[in-house]
Amino acid sequence: MSDHGSFFQRDRSWHPPALTPQYKTSVLRSPRYPLLSLENTISEMTGPVFGHDVIGPLDNDLIRNYAKTGDPIGQRIIVYGRVLDENARPVPGALLEFWQANAGGRYRHKKETYLAAIDPNFGGCGRAITDQEGRYSFRTIKPGAYPWPNGVNDWRPAHIHFSVFGHAFAQRLITQMYFEGDPMIWQCPIVSTIPDKAAVEQLIAALDRNNTIHMDALAYKFDIVLRGRRSTLFENRMEGN
Amino acid sequence: MVQKLGHLKESPSQTAGPYVHIGTTPNWVEITGVWKDDLGLVLVSPDTKGERIIVKGRIFDGSGTPLKDALIEIWQADAKGLYNSPQERRGRADPHFVGWGRQPVDGATGEFRFETIKPGRVPFRDGRAMAPHITFWIVARGINTGLHTRMYFGDEEAANAECPVLARIEHKIRLSTLVAPRTEENGLPTYTFDIRLQGENETVFFDI
Ligand SMILES: [Fe+3]
Repeated sequence: MSDHGSFFQRDRSWHPPALTPQYKTSVLRSPRYPLLSLENTISEMTGPVFGHDVIGPLDNDLIRNYAKTGDPIGQRIIVYGRVLDENARPVPGALLEFWQANAGGRYRHKKETYLAAIDPNFGGCGRAITDQEGRYSFRTIKPGAYPWPNGVNDWRPAHIHFSVFGHAFAQRLITQMYFEGDPMIWQCPIVSTIPDKAAVEQLIAALDRNNTIHMDALAYKFDIVLRGRRSTLFENRMEGN
Repeated sequence: MVQKLGHLKESPSQTAGPYVHIGTTPNWVEITGVWKDDLGLVLVSPDTKGERIIVKGRIFDGSGTPLKDALIEIWQADAKGLYNSPQERRGRADPHFVGWGRQPVDGATGEFRFETIKPGRVPFRDGRAMAPHITFWIVARGINTGLHTRMYFGDEEAANAECPVLARIEHKIRLSTLVAPRTEENGLPTYTFDIRLQGENETVFFDI
């Protein structure tokens, strides 16, 4: 096997380093040895594929998928975007899983101790698979900011967590989406694990007034970029590449 | 100024946080009725070909405390060494084995336990056979970018000795961090793969 089809090396200066003392939990959970660089083998260039059949009709509707007695409280929003690779090609068939706090900033989780109320109609999880152009969308309510035990007065900005499966295990990614205009983004010890301001900005979804739903929901656009793969310039292209 | 290459940047990683299970294994944290089954909990069906094995272990932080909130994913070849993936060009993998598993570690003990099959050998880039292995991906609160490692099998000494990936490890004393010893439990071969994020015997993690 040549370099053909292997993934561009991850830019570790664009990602957060393992050890980020301002985010205290990272201190004991960060490897001290350097990572061992390994050119992709087939073990990394392959990965699980999920069919559209795993997705239920309400999986991408967090307003409805846990509702018991009515709609959840909060600002209704649409989040949409595309999953692309570093070559700017769409990634079809990517499984996205997302989770978030409710409008008050409270997660539905037994270890959660924040006193904001649980919303009986909001579960806080959803998923979607991208179409042929790499597009996805879901409907939810805007999550609230919440305090967390790190410094004595640290708050997370409003955010939605994303887990993304591309076509290969090497592309596996978990990240978070933030909201345009939120001043708390720049005060967050977890956001600031990312060293480069432009990299942080890549995680801030843009408010899109053109795609709001009239008298219903605001829209935010959030594109996600997964690692791209090499194609050997003087050979036939690999399938799907 | 020069021309622009036009590549996009990969979206930067952020920690999975303490509530990763809400989005990945909601039923496991009692968010039921959204979707029926958590993905990845079961790897093997009665039709799956290959030797049944148990892979278990814990993840320890730099103080030696087991993580109770981590999520582990594994990815492996089938019994013949084929991946169930569209990128697999060498043949068709066992249709009864996806080869991907996902599990939260136990909230009380920190243990994980996968019931799977022993994978076959797959080739390195130059065609030499790698020793049988299972790829691990670990996320948790406090881990900013998911960690990749590999579990090798303690009873594959000859294959391990010639594995081109294991040969890359300069500090031979660290090799043992990737090799899970084999025992028997309830008649099943059981491999214990303890992962140490930091400190003495820190596991080898890969930049793949
Ligand atoms: Fe969060």
